Amino acid sequence: MSGSANSLSRPAGAAPARSLGEGLPALLGIAALVLVAWAVPWLKFVLTIALAKGIAVLGILLLLRAGQVSFGHAMFLATGAYTVAFVAPFQTEALLLLPLAALLATLLGLAVGLFVVRYRDIFFGMLNLALSMVLYSLLEKLYEYTKGTDGIRVSVLTFAGLRPERETQEWLMFGLALLLAVLFGLLVRAYLASPMGRALAGIKTRETRLEFMGVSARRVLLFAYVLSALMGGTAGALVAMTSRHVTPQLAYWTSSGELVFIAILGGAGSALGPFLGAAAFELVRVYAAAAVADAWQMILGAVLLLVILFAPGGIWGMLAGRLRRSA
Amino acid sequence: MMAWFAENSLLLGLALLDGLAYAALVFMVAVGLNLVFGVLRIVNVAHGSLFAIGAYTAASLGLFFASRGLPPWAGYAALILAACLVGAVLGPLIERLVLRRIYGQEEVLQLLVTFALFMILEDVQKLVWGVQPISQDLPMKVLGTVDVPFGEDVIPFTIYQLFVLPGVAVAVLAGLAWFLRRTLTGRVIVAVTTDKEAAMAMGIDAAKVTLLTFTFGAGLAALGGALASPTTSLVPGIGAQTIVLSFAVVATAGLGQIEGAALTSLLIGLGRSVAVYFAPEFEVVVPYIIMVAVLLVRPQGLFGVLETRRV
Repeated sequence: MSGSANSLSRPAGAAPARSLGEGLPALLGIAALVLVAWAVPWLKFVLTIALAKGIAVLGILLLLRAGQVSFGHAMFLATGAYTVAFVAPFQTEALLLLPLAALLATLLGLAVGLFVVRYRDIFFGMLNLALSMVLYSLLEKLYEYTKGTDGIRVSVLTFAGLRPERETQEWLMFGLALLLAVLFGLLVRAYLASPMGRALAGIKTRETRLEFMGVSARRVLLFAYVLSALMGGTAGALVAMTSRHVTPQLAYWTSSGELVFIAILGGAGSALGPFLGAAAFELVRVYAAAAVADAWQMILGAVLLLVILFAPGGIWGMLAGRLRRSA
Repeated sequence: MMAWFAENSLLLGLALLDGLAYAALVFMVAVGLNLVFGVLRIVNVAHGSLFAIGAYTAASLGLFFASRGLPPWAGYAALILAACLVGAVLGPLIERLVLRRIYGQEEVLQLLVTFALFMILEDVQKLVWGVQPISQDLPMKVLGTVDVPFGEDVIPFTIYQLFVLPGVAVAVLAGLAWFLRRTLTGRVIVAVTTDKEAAMAMGIDAAKVTLLTFTFGAGLAALGGALASPTTSLVPGIGAQTIVLSFAVVATAGLGQIEGAALTSLLIGLGRSVAVYFAPEFEVVVPYIIMVAVLLVRPQGLFGVLETRRV
């Protein structure tokens, strides 16, 4: 790899971002999110979705550390979302639906993971893609259960037994997403610093060396994969509860591509990257769609191209670089 | 079992003929993707967009020719012209302006760059051709149909799907095999695919080969689209559908295999059309199930060669 100052190719421990500390930027970010959500009420919805997607992208980040890219992780997001949609008519308690959705996605992640961690690179990416497309087709074709492309409307939910007003409910969802984002962010940080997390980078550089040391590369990758499925499912549940409508589009391969997009946009060097990326992605999407209805994808694509060509460290990489220079 | 075959021989026969036409289209897209991957080592997600743009361009040209009062046969010129045009314009543009900047970078970033191109091209296509379905089936109509006997029944089949599509696919396969193995340019491409550094040390201009291969691959995708355009009405999203299918073919076949891609296209094309007749709800799933099943048994793909692991 050439010295292209690429955050992906940097070993985890050498990230300059870490030495700077992520605590302060994280706190500032949370404050900014709450402030924006309070000042511009309609953005609260957008930011909640962004936080949820950020959680799913944290999972993508783990796999990127191992040099693997999944073009099918939307299947876990969709699993979480459809779990909420299917179970909500019988059990309206959001605080029960969320763990249930996460659990089912985790189980699917384990089943799929046992199979896909045997493959690397293109095959890993394409198998994930294929399996997510199987899920997508089933969601689309089994009309009797899923209502096909029309999707399912999620019934009204209760929070700890209460049925709050709309405004309160929006704040609750926002708060829940923010809380989970912080928790998963901390979890991922701790995990990446642990031996299991460090071993991920070993899969990327030279897997055989890892195995010479007696570490099972498959097990290392499987652990990360299942964790990423858990976060995907959680994100899906949050998306379903916030948007109150689920469609097979959630599982389509382009949705998986979006998650990888966000990971690169935000920067894969830090657990903050996914959230920066997701916020930027959703905001650009909303404003671009309002400004040029038919060309928002083009604008997002152009942004992605520019980021990869000129700022391969992503938004976080740029911010960290700026901070480092001024320090 | 035999009784079932006897009972369903008509449907099976139909599925076989349908599958053949479908496999021919899939092959042309997949083989281009495969060729490009061989030389560039990039899985081009935007390959499906080139298919879609090829299809739309062919339809537009066909409609334009028809409106000028040209004979219906001109529709075929439109198909060929569209493929050449899209390949020759978009191919070099994409390779020179974008892909050239990311060779040797990480696979993830390369994949994402082509994903960005895909997003951009999808919208370009929507801006140029709109979102309403477009159809131009003159090239298919002008050839008419042929009656295929199935026992006592006689089923009319379009000559276009029965002979033209498989014929072109076989010609592409044979032409490609001849080109890559018998001509100097073809051998140079193979040399770069096998070992880029050694090829460059021999004085081969790898940059030129890359440009040529990508343009050629783009042209094949566009040709697939152009040939598909008379058989279906064009809507946004066909590019996205096509690319995942050809991923499935390429991964199932194993990377870098031309004949392998042809056989796998046949397998997946036939599998899909059998599903269309016998279990329509699983039509879309079948190619992926075949792929997963194959990779379970042969992780390197049906025809792929195992790479030795580096230490």
